[in-house]
Amino acid sequence: MIETIGLTKRYGSAAAVDDLSLHVSEGELLVLLGGSGSGKTTTLKMVNRLIEPSAGRVTIDGQDVGILAAHELRRRIGYVFQRIGLFPHMTVAENVGVTLTLLGWGATRIRRRVDELLELVELSPDLIRTRRPAELSGGQQQRVGVARALASSPRVMLLDEPFGALDPLTRDRLQQSFLKIRRELGLTAIFVTHDMVEALLVGDRIAVLNEGRLVQVGPPRALLLAPADDYVRQLMDTPMRQARVVDTLLEGRQL
Amino acid sequence: MSEQLALLPGYLTAHLQLTLFALLVGTVVSIPAGVLVARVRWLDQPVLGTAGVIQTIPSLALLAVMVPALAALGFRSIGFLPAFIGLVLYSVLPILRNTVTGLAGIDPALIEAAQGVGMTPAQRLRRVELPLALPVILAGVRTSTVLTVGVATLSTPVGAPSLGNYIFSGLQTRNLTAVLVGCVAAAVLALCLDGLVRALGTAILHRRRGWTAAVLAVLGALYAYTGASFVQELRGRDGGRVVVGAKTFTEQYILSQILAGHIRDVTGAATEVVSSLGSTVAFDALRADEIDVYVDYSGTIWATIMRRDTVATDRDAILDEVRRFLKERHGIELVGALGFENAYALAMRRQAAERVGIRRIGDLTAHAPRLVIGGDYEFFGRPEWKAVQDTYRLVFGAQRTMDASLMYQVAASGEVDVISAFSTDGRIAAFDLLVLEDDQGAIPPYDAVILAGPRLVRERPDVVAALRQLTSTIDADRMRRMNLAVDQEGASTAAVAETFLHDVREERLGR
Repeated sequence: MIETIGLTKRYGSAAAVDDLSLHVSEGELLVLLGGSGSGKTTTLKMVNRLIEPSAGRVTIDGQDVGILAAHELRRRIGYVFQRIGLFPHMTVAENVGVTLTLLGWGATRIRRRVDELLELVELSPDLIRTRRPAELSGGQQQRVGVARALASSPRVMLLDEPFGALDPLTRDRLQQSFLKIRRELGLTAIFVTHDMVEALLVGDRIAVLNEGRLVQVGPPRALLLAPADDYVRQLMDTPMRQARVVDTLLEGRQL
Repeated sequence: MSEQLALLPGYLTAHLQLTLFALLVGTVVSIPAGVLVARVRWLDQPVLGTAGVIQTIPSLALLAVMVPALAALGFRSIGFLPAFIGLVLYSVLPILRNTVTGLAGIDPALIEAAQGVGMTPAQRLRRVELPLALPVILAGVRTSTVLTVGVATLSTPVGAPSLGNYIFSGLQTRNLTAVLVGCVAAAVLALCLDGLVRALGTAILHRRRGWTAAVLAVLGALYAYTGASFVQELRGRDGGRVVVGAKTFTEQYILSQILAGHIRDVTGAATEVVSSLGSTVAFDALRADEIDVYVDYSGTIWATIMRRDTVATDRDAILDEVRRFLKERHGIELVGALGFENAYALAMRRQAAERVGIRRIGDLTAHAPRLVIGGDYEFFGRPEWKAVQDTYRLVFGAQRTMDASLMYQVAASGEVDVISAFSTDGRIAAFDLLVLEDDQGAIPPYDAVILAGPRLVRERPDVVAALRQLTSTIDADRMRRMNLAVDQEGASTAAVAETFLHDVREERLGR
């Protein structure tokens, strides 16, 4: 469904993304995993053309994303990012409905759709509709952010470390509800994270990037069992070691 | 007081016209320019730099420079236009800078979000960037509002009536009530307009539709009222009205009323007095037919218009040469001399002068190094001063420049020893100052002369003929008494002029 072919982004002589070819199937969630500077966010932004590639191309359903005007393309792709980016001068309902307004929907239709979306992300429309983003908690804000990204019923979602700024408990709850929504709607998604555990929890497949190059791509189990190189092995080892520490603690208490 | 308040509606309306329309145009120009600068980064330095330079030009100079600039381009160079353009230029910087700052201060995450949800650049500007920058932009509009209301008082010397008329004429005629009324009215106006802009901002930011509509209605009504009165004035401007000009001192205010009154008496033509014009502004306005007649002084034309740096002292010779020059070069007619001179004269406290035995300028030579001389803004730059210095070999201990209306008082209190007085000023006698005799004839004659503009000469010979009747009707003593009546005794210039006109009428009937 989504395909990047020889995708490259150069800044001067340095390549942020270097000759990257990836494929995401219909209904699949692909995680882009890597440290800072690995090129994962740059790759994501080339899909909805927030960044234009230096070489290579991106297709969705076999169609080059360059065919549409950038703003029309983006109205069809949900986009959630770590800094949330809710508009502080608009109410929650206006934030969620903003893409629909741009698409020219009528007021009543937008109101109905916004309520539906707020319920989908487990917020109570009556309590929250007319509030300003500043009055919400971080977790609530990101739920609104997800609702806004889903407004125009996109088939493709791009998520750039969406839960990175949240505390662990809130993050866990949002991950769970996101996974539920994704299954219900059958979304195709690219999910950027630097958090190994998160990658293992949400990803159907994981693509590991390092210095702009693809190191390994495959299901979580394949990466755990057969890491392609030392970099991937180190990445995988970290959560495993942590899990073993937790295990030991639990066993110690039982004894 | 009530006499001053009667003038308020007229001045206030004129002031509002200037301020409101300058602000409107300033805002309409600055906000798009600010958006452009925020988008095209390399424009930042040239645009903000230019606006900054304009802002540093003293406002009085900026407005005054508009007069010759407009005249050179062939536009109406005095009145509304120069003041309006100057004010627009002045209002731009705060709004422009705040628009740029407001747009630059928006969180990049919000820009990315706006792109991410699929806004076009124009939608992003309208739906996200401008609303978020609005509080900062409005702060700029408020700064401009207060600034413009203040600077608009300086429109008076370029011929646009404003609340500044109170201040300029009040300072010159020592009418502190008028000055106070002008200052208070301008301050209250600034506060009111600032309050309106602030209310509009608050209403928009809190999305109070009712409030927004109410504030907009008030603003709309103000614009409609001032706009309508402006159009009415434009319509009323033609129709054979004779415009009499006056410079910025008491004598000129009185003489302009006398000329206007006499023209009305004799020809029945409608007249309009444009007062408090800057010295060269008045001449430029006459030359361009924007005023029809005013009184100037032969020595002034000689020195500042004809740019002669030699000092001639023969009254008739100078009059003849000035008359010929004005006719040939500018089509202006020197209608006649009123009969008195208002020359520069060195004056000092009588007591101090008598103590050391000074009667003539020549007597000053030995004492000058220990004395301080005060002069008006022009005096020390004029050829007469150089002539006086050379002729009498004067070297003063210090020289101070000050406003002409303050000189006499300062001399009387002994803060300066000698001043460049005007010979017809009533305050010479009032403060018991002694005019020193120009025994070697260094100062040229300053005959007060009526000048008629080219259009008046061509189209209204009857008016010119009427003006000619005023030749030799006012001697120095009479002028001094009239000035004193206004400056010291608190009479209005209109009343003093009316008394004089009454005498003229009597005489005409008697004849």
